[in-house]
Amino acid sequence: MAKEILKVDGISKEFSGVRVLNKARLDIQQGEIFGIIGENGAGKSTLIKIISGIYKPTEGRILFEGNEVVKFTPQNARDMGISIIPQEFNLVDDLNIFENIFLGEEFSKKILLDKKRMIKRTDDLLSELHTTINPKDMIQNLSVAEKQMVEIAKALAFESKLLIMDEPTTVLTGEEIKVLFNIMRKLKESGVTIIYISHKLREVKEICDRVMILRDGEQIDVSSVEDLSEHDMATMMVGRELSQLFPDKLEAQNESVLEVENLTVPGVIEDVSFDLRKGEILGFAGLVGAGRTETAEALIGIRKKSRGRIKLNGKEVKIKNPIDSIEKGIAYLSEDRQGAGIITSFDMIKNITLSSLDKYSSGLINHKKERKQTEYYVDKFNINAASLKTELEFFSGGNQQKVSLAKSLDTDPEIFIVDEPTRGIDINAKREIFYFLNELASKGISCIFISSELEEIIGMCNRVVVMREGKLTGILENEEINEKEIMLHATGLKGVA
Amino acid sequence: MKLSKRLKGFSADKWGPLLALLVLFVISSFASPYFLKTRNLLNILRQVSYTGIIGLGMTFVIITGGIDLSVGSMTAWAGGISILVLNALGGGPWAIFVTILAAIGVGMASGAFNGIIITKGRVAPFIVTVGTMAIFRSLTLYISGAGEFRSQSNLFPEIGMGDFLGIPYPVWVFIGLAVLFWMILNHTKYGRYLCAIGSNEKVAKYSAINVDKIRFWAYSIVGMVVGVTSVLLAARLNSISSSGAGQSYELDAIAAVIIGGTSMSGGSGTIIGTVIGAIILGIVNNMLNMLGVSPYLQGTVKGLVIIAAVLIQRKKK
Repeated sequence: MAKEILKVDGISKEFSGVRVLNKARLDIQQGEIFGIIGENGAGKSTLIKIISGIYKPTEGRILFEGNEVVKFTPQNARDMGISIIPQEFNLVDDLNIFENIFLGEEFSKKILLDKKRMIKRTDDLLSELHTTINPKDMIQNLSVAEKQMVEIAKALAFESKLLIMDEPTTVLTGEEIKVLFNIMRKLKESGVTIIYISHKLREVKEICDRVMILRDGEQIDVSSVEDLSEHDMATMMVGRELSQLFPDKLEAQNESVLEVENLTVPGVIEDVSFDLRKGEILGFAGLVGAGRTETAEALIGIRKKSRGRIKLNGKEVKIKNPIDSIEKGIAYLSEDRQGAGIITSFDMIKNITLSSLDKYSSGLINHKKERKQTEYYVDKFNINAASLKTELEFFSGGNQQKVSLAKSLDTDPEIFIVDEPTRGIDINAKREIFYFLNELASKGISCIFISSELEEIIGMCNRVVVMREGKLTGILENEEINEKEIMLHATGLKGVA
Repeated sequence: MKLSKRLKGFSADKWGPLLALLVLFVISSFASPYFLKTRNLLNILRQVSYTGIIGLGMTFVIITGGIDLSVGSMTAWAGGISILVLNALGGGPWAIFVTILAAIGVGMASGAFNGIIITKGRVAPFIVTVGTMAIFRSLTLYISGAGEFRSQSNLFPEIGMGDFLGIPYPVWVFIGLAVLFWMILNHTKYGRYLCAIGSNEKVAKYSAINVDKIRFWAYSIVGMVVGVTSVLLAARLNSISSSGAGQSYELDAIAAVIIGGTSMSGGSGTIIGTVIGAIILGIVNNMLNMLGVSPYLQGTVKGLVIIAAVLIQRKKK
């Protein structure tokens, strides 16, 4: 009989009177991988934030290795052996990798820092994770996936008894996820307990021993994963039968709205050429670092191109910055929601109209009009918010993403570039976003759909551009759009760059 | 104890400075019988107007996450030049009108200089404005031979000393500008963009906001209000001392903004807070004078008030 490491006994949490978690109960055994699933706002993050000492519960108690936790601070949780890989990165941009990993816990030799040892340890951790990044690389130069790997390395650097992973795979590709799972299994063998939070039910099914399902702060079920199918889990999460995830594909029209020729950003992308048709959803697939986001950023003028032409409706245009881009009708939804998409200290109204404020202002801002438009989006996207005036930092990931989407759309784009639009959001919100993009396409709006989820690319796109190491390796159509073809092009086994 | 518990129920950010002002007001009216005299109250308001006006512009700069340390020197510089203009034009009503425009123009150009270096040169605002703080003061000293700029106009001081409906002109200007700045901050695109840049510059850039332009104007606007203050000050004294004018105005302006609850890290702030912050500082000074505290100790008290204000705000978070 395994030892019980964590007992959560009737934990509830209220924020200004609103109960977000109601009497959760858990018994986690040592060496178990325990999944927690639920939609955005179901209370998953709240629960793990209590376990890791960030929040104090409103009622209930927590026992760790049989002792009741009385002090809820991150430091105390860490001292007990609980570490967390947070969903949003917690890294200092201006420091390099090893400095981040050992921040606050530096190795030292007498009074000097023992850099050699820290670098060595970091290097070991990173190679264990099969990444090619160097311990001395600066965080700000890393891609999102690489940052995620650093977060994982950081959590592994300290021997912890309980490791909490909050959506660790949202930015990782299939290969990287495999590596991560192998590490998780190794940790499990050595007796480490893992709490694993994910939206990806397949992963939960694959890696977890038991799973807890939360919905609207209520604990719906705790079962062994063997007893549940993915469909069961999804149904319990949503509370009703799920309908089809992807809408039926529409035919794109023949005319090209956007033609890109030889787009080049030195050292990042090279000679990328493609066209986008009216009402088309054009997928961009590739491994992390293939240059998809960079292509989008070059299109909207964030990155300086050294070469290449961009034609809109047959006419060549110059786009030097996002101001030009929006004026020309190209909107971009960034993959980095909190870093480049929304302002978390602003409320919904101010966020949604931020890029389109001209529409609401003739000298003075028409607050009533802003409010009306925001209400329209709340209704249209089914945004769940306490009030229009609530700051976005209090929103769940899915609701933040919907606001971000509304913000881009409010500029009335003809071409809409969405970069990982479903990252870190639950299946219901995903479905809503898919149907919505399809609706845009039916209105003749063209969409560039960048995603690392092959399933999404295959389910949504009319054609698929595949990139590898900054170069375009193929444009797939019709029955070519399948997992195998895409991966062959993405890994360079097919398609000459 | 009970009071502090009750205060928690309020939105502390919003009401904190106002409550502090009320408490200070009540204490002061008991501490000195002269405090509540209309003359004294008007005097306080007039005194806080000079740095308060600068504080309005400073609020914008601090909301963007920046700072302007050059405003004190700039006051002497713009004031000095404006008196040269006034004397050159003979000191009549028309000359005074041109002088006012000149002061605002010089201030704006000086602020624009700060803004250009900060945005195009990508130099930290702190560094740039420490530099121009030295430059403006030195130029002022050089032009005047380290002496005074003296106005030869008889009409000019009448404006500086004058009042309308019993309230001194500088106070009217302060009130008028405060309303204008409040409008800009809360009801225009520019104000919204200021907050966006201060909250998250990258999001602002991706959201098609011309970050450099908004920043540049924040510093230019501070320059303009410095120009306004400089001409009010010049008119009040009918002269500008090249070494003494505007001395430590940057401290008072920044202090008013901070006491008013605007965050030094940028992103949000209020104009009403800055106005209240300026008045709090004015009352503190006034009380210290009336209670006969050594003027040398007044800096200590002012410093403590600033630190206390920040500590209280920190606690709330």
